[in-house]
Amino acid sequence: MTLSKGEISIPEFAMQKESIQGCELSQHLDHPSCGATVQFEGWVRNHNQGKKVTGLEYEAYEDLCLSEAKKILTEAKQKWSITHVLARHRVGTLDVGECAVWVGVSSGHRREAFAAAAYVIDELKARIPVWKKEFYVDAPAEWVACHTCGSGHSSSPYPSSDCGSHHSGSCKA
Amino acid sequence: MASKTIMVRYFAELRELSNCQTEEVAEAPDTAAELYLQLKQRYGFRLELDEIKVAINGAFAHLDSQLAPGAEVAFIPPVSGG
Repeated sequence: MTLSKGEISIPEFAMQKESIQGCELSQHLDHPSCGATVQFEGWVRNHNQGKKVTGLEYEAYEDLCLSEAKKILTEAKQKWSITHVLARHRVGTLDVGECAVWVGVSSGHRREAFAAAAYVIDELKARIPVWKKEFYVDAPAEWVACHTCGSGHSSSPYPSSDCGSHHSGSCKA
Repeated sequence: MASKTIMVRYFAELRELSNCQTEEVAEAPDTAAELYLQLKQRYGFRLELDEIKVAINGAFAHLDSQLAPGAEVAFIPPVSGG
């Protein structure tokens, strides 16, 4: 199959019950004009706010997630010269260590790919209507509201606490 | 003001507190904000008006939006994706 720049054969964004296969998705980012790809995986961490997490459940307003994510991906393509952008978000029940969200970008050069990938994950976390219920070892399950912790606002990409941030380094040892 | 029926969708903690996913509200007030406050009182929602967003007919809208008869309204608690 030949695809011109910007075309892709799978949906750019999806909410899915099935586990996210980052390696398979990344193959769709490939293009001869690309010299760079940046891929981000958010994982279910085994702790949050001092509590031991055993797993979590995502609930979503799926129609609105799809339309809002489409806007975010379009914004990324307008802001940076990138070739492909793909993203996936899980719904349903997840265990510790599972991939909860995945973003992949390819572009001619690395800076655009890094910037666009960071933008997409930050905006997805702040804007798509998804809610996370965490289950704990020794506390009742609760809906996580990240606006109430860390730096206090969802638009801040890197909160000082570990709440909701799955950026590399804080996820697993 | 003629009475109007609104379809309300609940998610996350609002779904749990109301114990339903969707509900028809008859004789709804004029705006989404007024409707939320009415439901907050009925179900004991803990989230204040300034903590939620609203979607009307599948698109984000202002809380002071007027509600048309038959509209589908979803109140959006603070999101926590990713």
